[in-house]
Amino acid sequence: MTAPQSWIGQRVPKLDAPDKAAGRTRYVQDLVVPGMLAGAIRRSDRVHARIVHIDTAPAMRMPGVHAVLTAADIDNVPFGHGKDNTPFKGDRVRCVRDEIAAVAADTEAQARAACAAVVVEYENLPAVFDPAEALRPGAPVLHTGHPDNRPFTYDYSHGDLATGEQASAHIVETVFRLPFVTHCCLGTSCIVAEFDARGRLTLHSLTQVPFLYRRDMAAICGLQPEDIRVLQGPIGGAFGSKLDIYPYEPIAVHLARATGRPVRILFSRQEEFLASPTRQPARIRLRSGCDGEGRLTFRDASVLLDNGAYTSWGATTPFVMMQTFSSLYRVPHVRFATEVAYTNNPYSGSFRGYGNLQATFAVESHLDMLAEKVGIDPLTLRKRNVNKVGDVTGQGLRFASCGMQKCLHEAARSAGYRSRRNKLPPLRPGTLRGLGMASMLHVGGGAKIYRSDGCGSVLTLDDFGKATLVTGSTDIGQGSETVLAQMVAEVLGLHIDRVQVVNTDTDVKPWDVGVHASRTSYVAGNSAILAAKQARDKLLAAAAAQFGVPVEMLTLGGGHVLLGDRELEPIDRLVRTLHFSGRHELLVTHAYFEPSSVAQDRGFKGNVSPTYAFGTHVVEVEVELDSGIVRVLAVHAAHDVGRVLNALGIEGQIEGGVVMGLGYALTEELQVRQGQVRNPCFRDYHLLTAPEVPPIHMRFVESADPTGPFGAKGVGEAPAICVAAAVANAVFDATGVRFTELPLSPERVLQGLIDAGVAADPLGGL
Amino acid sequence: MSDVTIAFRLNGRMVSATVAPTQAALECLRDQFALTGAKLGCGEGECGACAILLDGQAALGCLTPAADLDGREVRTVEGLRDGPALGRIQAALVHEGAVQCGFCTPGMAVAAAALLAEHPAPTVEQIRRGLEGNLCRCTGYVAIVQAVQTAAEPTP
Ligand code: FES
Ligand code: FES
Repeated sequence: MTAPQSWIGQRVPKLDAPDKAAGRTRYVQDLVVPGMLAGAIRRSDRVHARIVHIDTAPAMRMPGVHAVLTAADIDNVPFGHGKDNTPFKGDRVRCVRDEIAAVAADTEAQARAACAAVVVEYENLPAVFDPAEALRPGAPVLHTGHPDNRPFTYDYSHGDLATGEQASAHIVETVFRLPFVTHCCLGTSCIVAEFDARGRLTLHSLTQVPFLYRRDMAAICGLQPEDIRVLQGPIGGAFGSKLDIYPYEPIAVHLARATGRPVRILFSRQEEFLASPTRQPARIRLRSGCDGEGRLTFRDASVLLDNGAYTSWGATTPFVMMQTFSSLYRVPHVRFATEVAYTNNPYSGSFRGYGNLQATFAVESHLDMLAEKVGIDPLTLRKRNVNKVGDVTGQGLRFASCGMQKCLHEAARSAGYRSRRNKLPPLRPGTLRGLGMASMLHVGGGAKIYRSDGCGSVLTLDDFGKATLVTGSTDIGQGSETVLAQMVAEVLGLHIDRVQVVNTDTDVKPWDVGVHASRTSYVAGNSAILAAKQARDKLLAAAAAQFGVPVEMLTLGGGHVLLGDRELEPIDRLVRTLHFSGRHELLVTHAYFEPSSVAQDRGFKGNVSPTYAFGTHVVEVEVELDSGIVRVLAVHAAHDVGRVLNALGIEGQIEGGVVMGLGYALTEELQVRQGQVRNPCFRDYHLLTAPEVPPIHMRFVESADPTGPFGAKGVGEAPAICVAAAVANAVFDATGVRFTELPLSPERVLQGLIDAGVAADPLGGL
Repeated sequence: MSDVTIAFRLNGRMVSATVAPTQAALECLRDQFALTGAKLGCGEGECGACAILLDGQAALGCLTPAADLDGREVRTVEGLRDGPALGRIQAALVHEGAVQCGFCTPGMAVAAAALLAEHPAPTVEQIRRGLEGNLCRCTGYVAIVQAVQTAAEPTP
């Protein structure tokens, strides 16, 4: 593209898109390393059982087999957020995913055949699948270290609930139920592990957190972190699923060690459904109150999360849920109590939005219910409680920028919410139509969970005038690479084609905590800007010295040092002068950016992110009375993005997030019954397809965050968060029936309509 | 059953291969011809990531037996290029922001090529239906549909 005045806010195609569209990109899943063996995993047939005996001899005798491993063959080091998982399960299985043995063979078919030949003798143990039952005394215990099946509990409060209740004119109380859903990354889980002759390990991995991964993998596999090189090739989607280490990864390392050959493990789609993480199923009992004018008085949330059999980072989603209960709108008195329960179900992990989809569904449904009680429209109620710039919430979140009021206004205006709500005439007989609204709050610049939430950058300007940014951050397809290149191009006055970004090799790149918490634009962006500004200052100082002009009169633009409008010297020549003519200086700069956020105290209080994202969606639906089918006719999404960095990229993030949220609202559910996954394929796990996607109208609110890179904040997770609540509110507007459980499948909606007398029972006449 | 030898035209060039009767076309193209553009998304005919063109029609590489390629005209995403440059639909996918993780992109490009061959000036509804068999988890499809529209428009 031709160079614009400024690279910020442009529609810049992603730098990696041409190769991807050409079919040339080598994904980790495409990688073939010479000598590579195929690994496969034998998983449990039972949901909870003692392993009496494992016989691997039949597998060893199969053709092509190089190694068969079980817990007995390795140092089976506990790992994971609760240190309750192990690569192999030796004496006991606790869910259908559990890894019992693994095979490395010449071909994948041979490896899978040999896995099937392993003979496992079990003795069933009593199992528990309902998290509430798991917490009752006498329930089957999953981990002896947690006889109460409670790996974690969270208790948060601010203000005083009793005071809030007294001040309330209206109170609503509801139990919301949220299902298992899963990431469905188009590329299935994959790893290639190889040792060199000195025992150094290279992992071609899908991880989102390469440096923490290196540290943890070293502990699990008996290596030093510095002896592990993580190469993060292009991957087929992540959405949070690659925040944890899963057993298949150390298993690949053990197979590579046992065989002395590179080993790849690649999941089948069915395996992906069975053995990759899920979003936490949740039961949320929420009480909310407001005064006679609709001002919120209190919120009291009791949440029960199904942890599944082992604990991943997903068990910390209450951190994020808590922010929504405490701080989405101004609420003086809040209590939030969460219990996380072990069950014999598949275990959950982290998934875009990290607990916030569940929390927002409850909170935003309640806002509409309170508005109904007060007798004002839901937009007015929201405006009366809106978060504003400068607010410090009860939890200590500080809103240095806040476009929430504008988001409410823009989404409502785009949809004609005030004039059309509650009176949309049906488009077709046998249907009803309605509008629903919901807002969201999420971290927009990381979350200080680790000691540092920072990111390092190294920037080199070479003797051809090309800038190479080596960033600690990770790109999982979201386009951070392109946004970082834009920022560097902007600071150095270069065309974006003169900037490349290196971000895939832990041997080369500086430290970063990883890609999550919508942090990359903000944290990696600020880090890149710091490094680029140093490079700019060096260039300008060199030019000032060389041409005898005051440095304040110089700027960069069009690949040149400029004196006013005049091109004084091309950057590449200036760099060559620095290199070769007496100064012998390289133009290499580096920076580490640490956001101003703080770790929360024991009461979970403190400003955990330097900036926060806000948004409002208005959804228009049509409900078919005889089938219960909910059709979304339009989505109006207004997002406070701080500043638009790449218009093309941010539109894609919002469209993708909205559609993911619509799937959560309407069609997606991993059906887990008695610990078994009943629908492990795309035929039965319904992702939305192109014909089902409604028009999405976007509005960007630019609140210009004072510390954001060019004013921007992160919005990677934001667009998925409030969709389901807006859909449920729209269904209520259309039908007068309140749904508190997702997904809003035709069966569930039809039953709800029949129960409420809105639709006729087709069997009623019988 | 024994292996069979097949010969077919692949992205414009005659090729031959020896394949097992149970082998899928996708595996043959990826493993024997190193054409890794088409992806294994599910192996069950449900995601479209493996799409290829067989005599100009979109086909699922994971379900089509490799033996069925014999005597056919096969085009993969790698063969949609226009000389050294990206083909029209590929360029449109780039410029409309329709590529995120990109794992679905080759299948989308192939499905779009088949669609445009059949309907050179498709309606939006035709495009949406034409992409129904292709899953994308990242983009929400909006930019992909837009890209197909852009690619269909006559150059001014
Ligand atoms: S891989 Fe062929 S349809 Fe999914
Ligand atoms: S771009 Fe990731 S699946 Fe489509």
